[in-house]
Amino acid sequence: MSWDKIRRRLSAGGRFLLRDKKALVGSIILLVLIVISAFPSWFTPDDPTAEIYNPGAGLSWAHPLGTTSFGQDVFSQLMAGTRQSVMIALVVGLISTVLSVVVGITAAYSGGVVDDVLSLITDVILVIPTFPLIIVIAAYTKSASFWTIVFVLVVTGWSYGARQLRVQALSLRNRDYLLAARARGESSWYIIGVELIPPMTSLIVANFLGAALYAVLAAAGLQFVGLGNVNTQSWGTMLYWAQNNEALSAGLPLWALAPGVMIAVLGSALALLNYAFDEVSNPALRPVSKRQRRKVAL
Amino acid sequence: MRFLVRRLGFLLIALWAALTVNFFIPRLMPGNPAEAILAQFRGRLNPSSLKAIEVALGIGKHQNLLASYFEYLRNTLTGNFGVSTSYFPVPVTSVISRALPWSLGLVGISTVLGFLFGTALGAIAAWRRGGWLDNVLPPSFIVVSAFPYFWVGLLSIWLFSLTLNWFPTLGGYTETVTPTLTWGFVGDVLWHAVLPAFTILLTSIGGWILTMRNNMITVVAEDYVKMARAKGLRPRRILWQYAGRNALLPNLTGFAMSLGFVISGAILVEFVFNYPGVGFLLLQAVSAEDYPLMQALFLLITVAVLVAIFLSDVATALLDPRTRSTR
Repeated sequence: MSWDKIRRRLSAGGRFLLRDKKALVGSIILLVLIVISAFPSWFTPDDPTAEIYNPGAGLSWAHPLGTTSFGQDVFSQLMAGTRQSVMIALVVGLISTVLSVVVGITAAYSGGVVDDVLSLITDVILVIPTFPLIIVIAAYTKSASFWTIVFVLVVTGWSYGARQLRVQALSLRNRDYLLAARARGESSWYIIGVELIPPMTSLIVANFLGAALYAVLAAAGLQFVGLGNVNTQSWGTMLYWAQNNEALSAGLPLWALAPGVMIAVLGSALALLNYAFDEVSNPALRPVSKRQRRKVAL
Repeated sequence: MRFLVRRLGFLLIALWAALTVNFFIPRLMPGNPAEAILAQFRGRLNPSSLKAIEVALGIGKHQNLLASYFEYLRNTLTGNFGVSTSYFPVPVTSVISRALPWSLGLVGISTVLGFLFGTALGAIAAWRRGGWLDNVLPPSFIVVSAFPYFWVGLLSIWLFSLTLNWFPTLGGYTETVTPTLTWGFVGDVLWHAVLPAFTILLTSIGGWILTMRNNMITVVAEDYVKMARAKGLRPRRILWQYAGRNALLPNLTGFAMSLGFVISGAILVEFVFNYPGVGFLLLQAVSAEDYPLMQALFLLITVAVLVAIFLSDVATALLDPRTRSTR
């Protein structure tokens, strides 16, 4: 790919972001959260773990979201917890997507018995309820570490994408341009890497975002019920401690609600971007303009 | 018929896979934590139930893996899950049977309601493309579907129960009342179910709305819908009996795929509300390190999901003549 082509691609991406409001809002939120997780100390005026403040304090300038009943600053904890959720989203999203692409495209491209076996495995993992399975695994490992959580979320999270990508690749497989590449005697690697995957980019990105969203929500749920490492800084463990100390009935609703808002904000950013990319791969879903609407009403 | 037999075969394979995973998880874990827990029950349990637990958790070192695998399969298929260690000496099956009706009622009804309402709203949004419903619903439910289920539960407890005092905070019924089959008690149960059901409904409905809307947009563009319009059929008839019926088919398959997500969320909702169902029981079993109960619950939830998927397959077969054709 020449520089010129790359520049054209990038500017097309930029235009897409500016035109599509959902994508714009989603990427701004995501960018802010990534900055916070890269440099948490810029955003934490107080040591997030220090139990030195007035316990159970309300809102004030010193503690914009109050303090916990241990006397920690809620706002600092929120900022410090950003890193783990963002990391889990990105790492699980990335590994699951690679796995989905490999399995989905191998199945579609090879066909025959390979396709049958891979599709069967994909579908079985898809229908087995994953969260109870994750709970059982985490219960046996006792206080799952970051990488244990990543592992179980990847194992349970790749199948949805693999199924979608397989269907998409199957529909592309017999297009003329792919047959032409085969007739030219190109290698399978060339055909898959240069001819098959690029048209599927928007679906692959959408899958990454979907897997990342799944990871954020599932990890938060695991940590909320105390199956993560409760001594690390994350939104899920904040919720765990808040629930354990009955923050809601103790009159400290922000302690329990603020981490959930952060999870919801990160999740919404991923979901908005996901939806925007869905609209790229399926033009029928794009919002209709006034002119088009009149045509539809006809 | 052929379609249903094939699906049934697939679901049986999925069930076998779940059974096998369940068998190997405790055996692959380092240090076998179950052994320490079981040590304290040795001597207090009768030999046969101790043996069943040992086989299920892979503690019995006295036989080879293959033999214990088949014994585990036989025990599981005959419903012999051993004795719960946290509700000692009650058998796992009777602990579960107390919790099951609560979950079936709460999760079953709110899932079906979510599917019906969501599908109807999605169809209407796509039908009035560009109308206010179509502009408001998709973006707002994209955002809502990204909320953690349990957090929506916490929020509604704080808002409707602690602040406004409209609904009870916890449990499936008022603890001081003895469960009887009277209108008063039934009303009390429904009263307690409102907030958890609302939470599940709110967080799961978005998925149905979005997928139905997207299917519907594709279907409405088809020629046969244009033909129906040209014939001068009433719009409502076209919406539900022409377009909606066909757009529903992929959503029924989607129902099967999304059910796992809904069940997962429902586990956490039950936990937040201390609702006496299967999900709450599962998390209690985890914190009490009651491994026999935990594993039986995982299998039960899996079977429930597979049965629901089969029901949606039956519905697909009834609605879609193409699946009935023998190829």
